[in-house]
Amino acid sequence: MSFDAPASHLSVNGQEIAVDADPRRRLSDVLREELGLKGTKVGCDAGDCGACTVLIDGRATCACMMPLGQATGRAIETIEHKDALLTKLQDAFHRHGAAQCGICTPGMLMTALELMRATQTPTRAEVSDALGGVLCRCTGYTKIIDAVCDATGATTTSPPPLVSNVGAPVARLDGRQKVDGSDVFGADFAPQDALWVRVLRSPHFAARFTFGDLAVWAKTHNVQVFTANDISGRNAFGVIPAFADQPALAENRTRMRGEAVALIAGAPEVMRTLAIVDFPIDWQAEDEVLDPQPAKTAPLLHDNRSGNELITGHVACGDASAALNGSAQVVEGQARTSYVEHAYIEPEAGSAWMDGDTLVIQACTQAPVMDQEDTAIVLGLPKERVRIIPASAGGGFGSKLDVSIQPLIGLVTLKTGRPSRIIYTRTESMQSTTKRHPGEMRARIGADATGRITAMEFDGDFNTGPYSSWGPTVANRVPVHASGPYKTPNYHAIARAIHTNGPVSGAFRGFGVPQAAILQETLYDELADKLGMDRLRFRRLNALQDGDKTPCGQELHGVGIAECFDALVPAWAESLAWAESSDGDIKRGVGVASCWYGCGNTALPNPSTVRAGISREGRIILHQGATDIGQGSNTVITQIFADALGVGLDAIDLVGPDTAMTPDCGKTSASRQTYVTGKAALAAGAAMRMQLLRHANLSATAKISVANGIIEITDGEALRQIDPLSLPLVADDYVFEAIETYDPPTTPLDENGQGIPYAVYGYGAQIARVEVDMKLGTTKVRHITAAHDLGRVINPMLAEGQIHGGIAQGLGMALMEEYIPGKTEDLHNYLIPTIGDMPDMDVIFIEKPDPEGPYGAKGLGEHALIPTAPAILNAIRHATGKRITQLPALPHRVLEAIRA
Amino acid sequence: MAYARPDNVKDALEMRASGDWRVLAGGTDLYPSTQRQVLDGDVLDITAIPDLRGISTSHTHTRIGAATTWTDIIKADLPAAFDGLKQAAREVGAAQIQNAGTIAGNLCNASPAADGVPPLMTLDAQVVLQSSAQTRSLSLSQFIQGNRQTALERDELVTAIDIPNAATTGQAAFLKLGARHSLVISIAMVAARVSLTRDEIDAIALSVGSCSAVAQRLPELERNLTGLTVPNAAKTAAQSTSDALAPITDIRATANYRTDAVPELIARVLTRLTPPHKRDAA
Repeated sequence: MSFDAPASHLSVNGQEIAVDADPRRRLSDVLREELGLKGTKVGCDAGDCGACTVLIDGRATCACMMPLGQATGRAIETIEHKDALLTKLQDAFHRHGAAQCGICTPGMLMTALELMRATQTPTRAEVSDALGGVLCRCTGYTKIIDAVCDATGATTTSPPPLVSNVGAPVARLDGRQKVDGSDVFGADFAPQDALWVRVLRSPHFAARFTFGDLAVWAKTHNVQVFTANDISGRNAFGVIPAFADQPALAENRTRMRGEAVALIAGAPEVMRTLAIVDFPIDWQAEDEVLDPQPAKTAPLLHDNRSGNELITGHVACGDASAALNGSAQVVEGQARTSYVEHAYIEPEAGSAWMDGDTLVIQACTQAPVMDQEDTAIVLGLPKERVRIIPASAGGGFGSKLDVSIQPLIGLVTLKTGRPSRIIYTRTESMQSTTKRHPGEMRARIGADATGRITAMEFDGDFNTGPYSSWGPTVANRVPVHASGPYKTPNYHAIARAIHTNGPVSGAFRGFGVPQAAILQETLYDELADKLGMDRLRFRRLNALQDGDKTPCGQELHGVGIAECFDALVPAWAESLAWAESSDGDIKRGVGVASCWYGCGNTALPNPSTVRAGISREGRIILHQGATDIGQGSNTVITQIFADALGVGLDAIDLVGPDTAMTPDCGKTSASRQTYVTGKAALAAGAAMRMQLLRHANLSATAKISVANGIIEITDGEALRQIDPLSLPLVADDYVFEAIETYDPPTTPLDENGQGIPYAVYGYGAQIARVEVDMKLGTTKVRHITAAHDLGRVINPMLAEGQIHGGIAQGLGMALMEEYIPGKTEDLHNYLIPTIGDMPDMDVIFIEKPDPEGPYGAKGLGEHALIPTAPAILNAIRHATGKRITQLPALPHRVLEAIRA
Repeated sequence: MAYARPDNVKDALEMRASGDWRVLAGGTDLYPSTQRQVLDGDVLDITAIPDLRGISTSHTHTRIGAATTWTDIIKADLPAAFDGLKQAAREVGAAQIQNAGTIAGNLCNASPAADGVPPLMTLDAQVVLQSSAQTRSLSLSQFIQGNRQTALERDELVTAIDIPNAATTGQAAFLKLGARHSLVISIAMVAARVSLTRDEIDAIALSVGSCSAVAQRLPELERNLTGLTVPNAAKTAAQSTSDALAPITDIRATANYRTDAVPELIARVLTRLTPPHKRDAA
């Protein structure tokens, strides 16, 4: 028996270690903070995500739920273990692209290691069964299963050589650190002597508050407290400056549950056990309004926004009303969607410190320069005095575009002069960061007797929560896209962003377009039925073609949606045949749906600038400012640059992203990095190539290579060797430098939404096969076939991973994801798909070059999610005869529809 | 604030008697109940007590030690009557939870959705509670008194779950209904244990979880199904209603849905008990 054990003796990765720590602490916390083994990740502290999985005596165990005392004397293995089988698994994960953001990867690998020790050639079913306790939000799990099954297989050679071909399935350039546990996420770096920061948050949806004696409380607890009074800048942030309205710390009123009101900072040993239940604050709760309809007539959340309307977006062409009246067939319907949580496995985390008089913040983000701007505004600093170093982001999907922790730890460090650090709890992350907008949508769609679409009307209210975030973007994007990729000559679409006291709605993979597609695509099925047409043929008939105009009046080129439908024809026939053989209470159904999606900001500038240099050592340095949140921009942008320059990937060193070292490549959102930053990288590579050829006085067909610090340029018989050491520096440390900027050529939209909102669009269509249990209302998605037009596939392995991951999120949105504030604020009650929920997926790439994109490439990240949910809903309708109008299609909703 | 991990029951019971110790086994409920990195209060870790872990049999009962994990149960060689318990064990979270979580922890947490309770009810499980002063044995329905409420006294420890030998006969099965594949809290679940003579049911135990504050046996339905063939029992069950249940509407499903789903689940769990070649024989 042991009381207050002074030290616990651990066996970690074969080493005996004595740890002097409270035996009641979570093992995960001790491994990370006391032993520095940061490869063990923490996603929920509740056993819901499995990211912290380690092996204890060979068994997969959540380190977050084991007290240090219980681990004493047992064999602990973590991702840092040097183990031959683990190395094989790590190699396989890298080779297969099984790690995207990488935050779940250590937990996946350790869980897989237990399985592999039992059977080195597991079946896919065994792998799926074994990995059921680890959540991944990026990959859709398929490549993880591929990797485990191949870990000891025939192809366990080294990864494919780094070739600089656009179109090659290059393994992630930043992939090694994601499989060996050494990647540095927001929680993985802590400056020496950092203060730990916690946030006091509103327990109410709407309230006024007053503080008691903060100084006394702070002194009693040996901490420091900061409030809105400490903010010397403008206490209002927001991704769209004209609408910035969200206080970093509320001043006297909170408009949402989980809103930050005060910061508490102190030494780790104080903060670890600090109870904040007695924090001196007096709350006066007020009536909240949580739904858009009552909000329109409720007291205003912001005095200058009448009807609690943030903004209305509008696109119109032709005369939709008249055309509908004259249509042979018209369908009409409504759909409601829920708040959807991003549920990345990494809760927000980061640290801050002063470097001279510059405030440095290293944190998870999708938008370093926007963080820099917003943080500087809130803290009253010139932008140049804030430096943002993006930590590796453990998933983002849109929510890490907005600042979260940045102004908070920035304030603490600025006020104290000391480094600080914060890690959100899972619940804090879910309460306080953005969600997908719930949509309440109505539409009418008409067709003529031959099946051609005549007109569409769309009207949507989107619950934007109390602050602006990306509400304006959703309200503007939805009317532009609500027609789907179909020729719609008469069109009228309105989308309103309405304030409520619900969570802030922001960006989430698709900016409202997935919600609108659910209504449009499910109504299309009803319309096809009314017309007596095959559902795929009906869509193919109406698909936009090159030279067609969108409802915005934009003439399109490089449109690949028809090709996507054509590519699905064999799978469609096979799927329909499959659905014929339904068995008893299990009815089979098949659905199809499509997407189009404009890449980049809507009718607004969004330039990217790429800088490259050649160092005196003969290395090519690419300053790559696009944040890689798992989607692969570090690799894809480098592939494009390398091809434009004409060198191998191994000649290039990546720098950044870091606002002090990389030019602005904008935000990682709107499926814009491959296209926009890629185009800038293409230009930078081409410009550098031109400089080298000019220097060598050789022709455009010359070949460039780099070896041993010497640049060799050959052109037929001609050979030039350039020794960078012999050249003068042209900029900083570079003997050659190229900086190129690209901004998509768009135009503003007029009062009817007419103009050129995007320069490039991507397209896709998916078929879903489902089985619906007619007596229990449960839906199992069996198979998805996804055809996506990427223009040019820069990296097929990463592109496939994006599609798999988009499908997983679309499946979650269709069947299980519903964020209810106050009720689903953890990963126990908020459900995202597990490995066993995923269907088999076939991916078909269509490469119809875009005239504008680099090498013809189009964006993909958001596109992949859009068709999935409506395809599943259409399959449910095919199986049951009922259109589900409220998402998610939980078993009780499906059963209710079946019995209605 | 202290942490203790005694290696024998006597010491553990003395500590329970002497202070306000929080009992910790697998940690899969205690740690999720806090967002902090350290547990509050004095923690009594019972996982180092060999007597509390493992499964043994005697001439009167099968005893499952309190700190026996779900994985231990899955791997144990047990009669077919325990198949429902094993199937439930496989549905407790995922492997990580099954490797740490314990059978007594599941009972002491007293969630209406505790996966272990319905199959243990069909096994007529008795909960053995010990204190330094006495040992007592309660039926599950006596032990679990409500949502998160048990009969455990401050100085007591659950030391074992006893299954009387009379209940270890027949075949058993378990079904869990949830909105996703793994790591899911059930919308409803059912467990059944059936003894057949020729093709007819001569004893049946049915239990339903997540449809009332505490999982319930369905004695009336059990009586009605006794004497029927399994296929006929399934048909009868599918049309049945159970007053013993009081399902609620929550984030996972509506009360109506649960009311409708339970008879169907009972029918299916019974069908699972039928050898495939006999399913159409009725």
